[in-house]
Amino acid sequence: MGQTIIEKILSAHSGQEAYANEIVVAHVDFVMGQDGTSPLAIRAFESMEGKEVFDTEKVAFVIDHSSPSPLEGVSALHKLMREFSGSKGFRLYDIGEGVCHQLIPESGKVGPGSLVIGADSHTCTYGALNAFSTGVGSTDLAGGLISGKMWFKVPETIKFVCNGVLPRGVYAKDLILHLIGDVTADGATYMSAEYVGDAVSALSMEGRFTMANMAIEMGAKAGMMEADDKTMAWLARYTDEKFIPVMADSDAIYAAVKEYDVSSLEPQVAKPHRVDNVCPVGEVAGTPVQQAFIGTCTNGRLEDLQNAAAIMKGRKIAPDVRFIVAPASKRIYLEAMRDGTLETLVEAGAAVVTPGCGPCVGTHNGVPSDGENVISTANRNFKGRMGNGNAFIYLASPATVAASALTGKITDPREFIK
Amino acid sequence: MLFQGKTHKFGSDVNTDYIISGKYKFKTLDMKELAKHVMEDLDPDFYNKVTPGDFIVAGTNFGCGSSREQAPLAIKYANISAVLAKSFARIFYRNAINTGLPVVECDTDMIEPGDDIEVDLAAGVIRNKTKGVEIPVKPLPSVMIKILNDGGLAAHFKQYGGFNFD
Ligand code: SF4
Repeated sequence: MGQTIIEKILSAHSGQEAYANEIVVAHVDFVMGQDGTSPLAIRAFESMEGKEVFDTEKVAFVIDHSSPSPLEGVSALHKLMREFSGSKGFRLYDIGEGVCHQLIPESGKVGPGSLVIGADSHTCTYGALNAFSTGVGSTDLAGGLISGKMWFKVPETIKFVCNGVLPRGVYAKDLILHLIGDVTADGATYMSAEYVGDAVSALSMEGRFTMANMAIEMGAKAGMMEADDKTMAWLARYTDEKFIPVMADSDAIYAAVKEYDVSSLEPQVAKPHRVDNVCPVGEVAGTPVQQAFIGTCTNGRLEDLQNAAAIMKGRKIAPDVRFIVAPASKRIYLEAMRDGTLETLVEAGAAVVTPGCGPCVGTHNGVPSDGENVISTANRNFKGRMGNGNAFIYLASPATVAASALTGKITDPREFIK
Repeated sequence: MLFQGKTHKFGSDVNTDYIISGKYKFKTLDMKELAKHVMEDLDPDFYNKVTPGDFIVAGTNFGCGSSREQAPLAIKYANISAVLAKSFARIFYRNAINTGLPVVECDTDMIEPGDDIEVDLAAGVIRNKTKGVEIPVKPLPSVMIKILNDGGLAAHFKQYGGFNFD
């Protein structure tokens, strides 16, 4: 019987032929925790009477969510993480290194066929590398740290076939927002999403990370993609390791197959307070914004910053807008510095903050005020997400955010792209 | 496991930011402190309305959003005995079982706010005493029953030194 990508990866890691809805115990290739989840995992590790981590080369902690620490309480939790990783002898990425979901791919330790668990819901991002990676909580993380294993219910898969050519001014972010709006926030709960089609193949790796990242916003356990030459070339920048791509069988069984023609897609916006509350930009164009944010594990990569800079070159943000930029990693920060991207953004009016999560999760770096509207490249616009339940968050592509920062209201980026 | 109490009802897609806002979870590991803010963005006075043993009842996709285990823990420490919903987001579902918070999938249309109910997990049924109806419960996967019976994943590991589902 044919298998999906995820069924193959779970078979290879559990030593049994795995099909949807079966339960397997599989070994994992990498285990990651961040500063919002690791402290509780350390506690669970201790209550499980764990002694060492299963493999110091296959574990990392990242301090990215509240980084650098804005509060005493956070500092204590960061210290706990540093002491734990130091005593167990595994890598901790400290402040300024970047967002976990950029750092783990950049580490070169994850690639086609890998199985990864991370105590962060957007761990599904590495599906762009043809890896099965998924988010878990702190207790599962502790179990993974100790045993190098995890139990899984093998998910069913929805295949998203996206064909056609994305029009000018329309990006991977618009496509994934459109898919989420279509299937809704729980349209793929307990399932895996497989993204295929020539529109997906045409995306850069950056665009693919954006799409895989947001699989969780439709409830999915993973956002899988096939590996191609672009995947392999991207990986070769970071590692010599030879990964073997995992392809779905032609007779694999899918829970559903959904087809999309992207050729007439317009820039999309997710309106407050739901990620699946999606409309074409025209419907909300003109809505005033007080804050614009480009960054996060969804859209803080070099291409995202470059797309914004292309629109902002030689222009200035509107006087009543605050514009915050958080590069997804130190490497990206440096690249954007060297090629002039950051200079363009700062000249336009950007406040660049530490590589990491920035204001995404509302702990620091730009909490909006009551009644304010924010346009952001992040993946969630829940009420209170950025630290204030009385603010309104709109999600869009870096181009749409850049255009909106310039005018002070939600703006179709195609007005600036000739 | 048998639980009894009153219900507090919410809609669909109650996300982890509503259950416990990200701005609190980074501050402390003191779950009693976090519990005071549970559901705050949906109902600012929720914590004070709960009588120990009460239930949270919701529509579909309860617990969507982040992987924060503070979400089920804050609910547990707010003295809620179980969460009943039409469906759950998967990470929340796992986290709840791992930390010993019972989560029950069932048709919640037959439950209204303030109803007096009894949740009988062994019998797989909810008895709505106010309405005089019984509501069947969708059974948990066997692995999860094992973890819940062992007292959560930490207790399971402590007992077996790793995963043991045989
Ligand atoms: S950038 Fe935002 S969504 Fe991504 S890991 Fe950080 S807090 Fe989570």
